Parts: sequence; structure tokens; C-alpha cells
Amino acid sequence: MLEDFFKVVRIRMEKSYKEDVHPGVQIPKDLLFKCPRCQHTAFTEEFESARKVCTYCRYHSRLTAKERLRMTADKDSFVEMDANLSGKDPIGFPGYEKKIAELRESTSLTEAVITGHCEIRGQKTVIAIMDSHFMMASMGSAVGEKITRAFEYGVLERLPVVIFTASGGARMQEGIISLMQMAKTSAAVARHHAAGLLYITIITDPTTGGVTASFASLGDIIIAEPKALIGFAGRRVIEGTIKQRLPEEFQSAEFMLEHGFIDMIVDRPNMRRTLSSLIGMHKPKKTPGNGV
Amino acid sequence: MNISPANTSGTWKKIELIRQPSRPTVKDYIQLIFSQFYEMHGDRLFGDDEAIMGGVALFGETPVTVIGQVKGKNFEENKKHNFAMPHPEGYRKALRLAKQAEKFARPVICFVDTPGAFCGVAAEERGQGEAIAQNLMEFMQLQTPIISIVTGEGGSGGALALGICDELAMLENAVYSVISPRGCANILWKDASREKEAAELLKITAQDLKDFGICDYIIKEPPGGAHLSVGETAEAIMEYLFDALNKISQKDVAIMLQERYNKFRRIGEFEE
Ligand SMILES: [Zn+2]
Repeated sequence: MLEDFFKVVRIRMEKSYKEDVHPGVQIPKDLLFKCPRCQHTAFTEEFESARKVCTYCRYHSRLTAKERLRMTADKDSFVEMDANLSGKDPIGFPGYEKKIAELRESTSLTEAVITGHCEIRGQKTVIAIMDSHFMMASMGSAVGEKITRAFEYGVLERLPVVIFTASGGARMQEGIISLMQMAKTSAAVARHHAAGLLYITIITDPTTGGVTASFASLGDIIIAEPKALIGFAGRRVIEGTIKQRLPEEFQSAEFMLEHGFIDMIVDRPNMRRTLSSLIGMHKPKKTPGNGV
Repeated sequence: MNISPANTSGTWKKIELIRQPSRPTVKDYIQLIFSQFYEMHGDRLFGDDEAIMGGVALFGETPVTVIGQVKGKNFEENKKHNFAMPHPEGYRKALRLAKQAEKFARPVICFVDTPGAFCGVAAEERGQGEAIAQNLMEFMQLQTPIISIVTGEGGSGGALALGICDELAMLENAVYSVISPRGCANILWKDASREKEAAELLKITAQDLKDFGICDYIIKEPPGGAHLSVGETAEAIMEYLFDALNKISQKDVAIMLQERYNKFRRIGEFEE
């Protein structure tokens, strides 16, 4: 009996530093990566093979949604939902349609979030991944609708929802319609909670504004990546108000952990294992709760 | 984008009107519309934010909970109320009072008038984003009627945190926007002085919001604006509240909550 325990401990110790992700596809780009946080440079190849984590300061740099998906979902398990859903131009904002068209071309995304369902080490879940390369992953009609549908699908299929957030906030170019997406997504989270289902947020760099002030802050469990920027107000706005420079750690994942707004900081090599374990420990009750 | 000068002045005139110091505030409306108002203080977690006031009062014979951001009429008052820009504890106080209303089955009436949630170090440290998010989620499920009235400035997430409701009304000259016109001009043209153009562009008037299906009812102001007759404005609000509360209070709670969900669920313009 006791020996079994020791065995378990030994296995855990061996495992805990092993990586468990499918090898990412190498995209040859520039030769060097310069870390925006500590200014160290590394060979791009080295940086890529470290899952785009700075080997000096552990800054977890921004990923595309596709890179994130490859690092997170079991191979071939992802089924995309609402792939063609795209927003309109509700207030006729100058240059907005053109900008969106250009981004579709350059990022090969239709919008700033991809949603679907997948398995993470065998645990089935709804997943949404925001991509800051698409208009700073700001939330307009399309992002709001896709996130809302992801939660509604979770309720229907009694599945957890895992969201990797990144966002500059509400999408100004859609005017008041974008502000209302905060209400709409929060309403969908409320129903998913009421159904007794698990919602995990993983806050990645940067998550700010209207997304912080809605679904990103509403997870049962809130995880962040090391050194991710998390906040409501823009740093420069606050600096302008107080007329002084803010310390570097202000609004970082570590700062938010200290102030009690996130549960844990998890680095990339351990993300899949953490998510699958947590999902495994939060199976819903057999009978649906008092959800609607 | 062509903006005619007449149009430009339209939205901007409203903004000038609602920002002038003599514009009635939630304090005026509470005094004129309700009786026996007892103000409640504090979020029971950190402190009492004077940018938001709330309490219990009678509307006719009916007990109601009233919550609203507080603007001042002079610099001293504005300093006291932080120019109606709440910290997280203000939003948490609002939520506490809303839950109290739910417990005693009385309606919640929110008066929205804020440039936005406060942007500062302390607000971030105490979770401004989390406080707003909780209000959005919790008000959505609150098992008692909620009516929100934008009486002046509806500034972004800081306004929306008191804006989850069964019916949203706006005073005729009120505006409701995702970003201040100044902020928008700054981002769009790197020129804050073009805020008048931005104001027009953003489509933020009561009529714009009614056209989008977000605002349910526009409350008429006296000619020239609410400040020219606070009494008339208060009467118009009373009349609206009387009808709206009558209508919503008759609904079965489950139906009311479903309709509240649908009200926000259908907002968004997309194709697939
Ligand atoms: Zn670094």
C-alpha cells in the first residue's frame, strides 16, 4: 500500500518536468527573437522550440490562435464551430470594413476568436481561443456571438468551457453594439454556471478593457500565463492621470495573483496537464442543476 | 464619411447640455420621485464609494431599491463623488443592494450618469474589471424587476455595470457610448480636438440607441433640457416608471428572466 504511494510519487517526480505537447510546426521567420519584457535576444529556433517562451524571463509571448490550438488540443480532436461567422459594420465606421478585409487576408482568420470543441488529454471540452493578431482581439458582434454560442453549446452538451483570453477590449468601431457584447457574453456565462458546469479562463497577454470586465473575470477557475498583462484601464491612461510611471509588474499576472484576482499562474509546458486534470476533477452532477 | 455641420452640432449640443453643472443629478431625482429614502453605505468588503449612492425608498406605496452614480454641481461636490467615476467598491455596493432588493422582492431602479469607471492604481488593485463583470452576470439573474434610466452620460463599462435591466430608458438628451468621443478621436485621428466629429460618428444619442433596439423608451425633457425644469423632468420619469413597473411586475419571474436574457442576447450584427 505505502509502496504504491511511493511509486506514485516517483512517477510524478519523473513526469513533472517532462513536456507533453505535440511538436509544433516550425515557421521559419526572422533569425532572432527579442523579448519585449527583458530585451534579451534568442535565436528564433530556440524560442520557437521553447513554445515561444523567453528563456531568460519566462515571458510567455503572444501566440496565434492556431499555434495555441496545436499546443492545447489533442491531435485531430478539434471541431470548429461558427467558422464563417463575421461581423458587420453597424455604425458605418470609417475604414472599418477595409481593415477587417485586410486582416482576413493577412491572418487567414475570419474574426478575433476561434471556437469549437476538442479533447485535452482525453477530456472533452468546449474551447475558445482569442487571437490578438486580429485587431487586438477586440470584441465586436462576431466575437460576442461566438463566445455566447460556445457557452450555449456547453450547456446543451453539458460540457466545460475553456477560454484563452486576449483582448484590447470592446471594439470601438462597432459603437454601442460592442459594449453590449459584454452583457451578452456575461449572460451566457451565468447560464453555464447555473447549469453546474465548469468554466476555466486562461488569461494570456494582453487581456484588458471590456473583456476583463466581462467573461474573462467570470471563470470558476482563473489561470494566467506568466507575465501576462491583465487589467481594466490602459496603463498609459492611468499614467496620464497620476502623472508618473507605473512599476513594470503593475497589471501583470503576478500582480493579479498577489491581489487575489487569479487562482494560479501556469506555464506552457504544464498547461495541458493542468487543464485536463482540473476538468477531470470537476465533472458535473448527473442530474442537471437548476439551470434554465 | 461626410458629416454635415448641422449633424455634428446635434450630438455635441446634447453632450454640452448633459455635462453642464446645473443638469439634475440622481440626488434631485430621488428627492422628487421617491419618499422616505434611506441611503445605505458600503460594500461590506472594503469601503464606501461615494461615486455611487443607493438605498431603499418608496415609489408611491411600493418599496424600491434606488442606485445611481452621483455627479456634483460644483467642484467640491464633484471631488466628494469623484466626478461620478466609481471604484470597484461602488459596483460591489450596488450589487449588495440589488441582492437585498431581490431578497425582499422589490424592484431595482438604476440611474446611470457617469463618464466611466475610474481608471487608477487603486481601482486596478481592487479589481475594477472583476467588479463590473460580476455585476453584469449577477444583475442578469436577479429575480426581481430592474429598470435602468440613463439620465446623462452613459460612459462605457462603468455605465453598463448599472445597465443590465428588463427595460432601458434614456432621457431625451442622454448619451450612451462604448468610448468617450475624446478617446475615440484620439485613437482614430490622434487628435482629441476632433471629439465633436467622433461624437456624431459613434451614434450615441437616445434616438440612435432606440434605433439599434437597445434603448426601450425615450423620456422627453422640457424644451431646452432637463435643467430648465427639474420638476417636469422628474414627473416624466415618474410617469414612465409607473407604467414600466406595472408592466414588468406582473410578469412571472421565469418569463421576466428569459426576456431579460433575450434583450441582450439578440444584440449584434453579423452574418454567416
Ligand atoms: Zn524575456
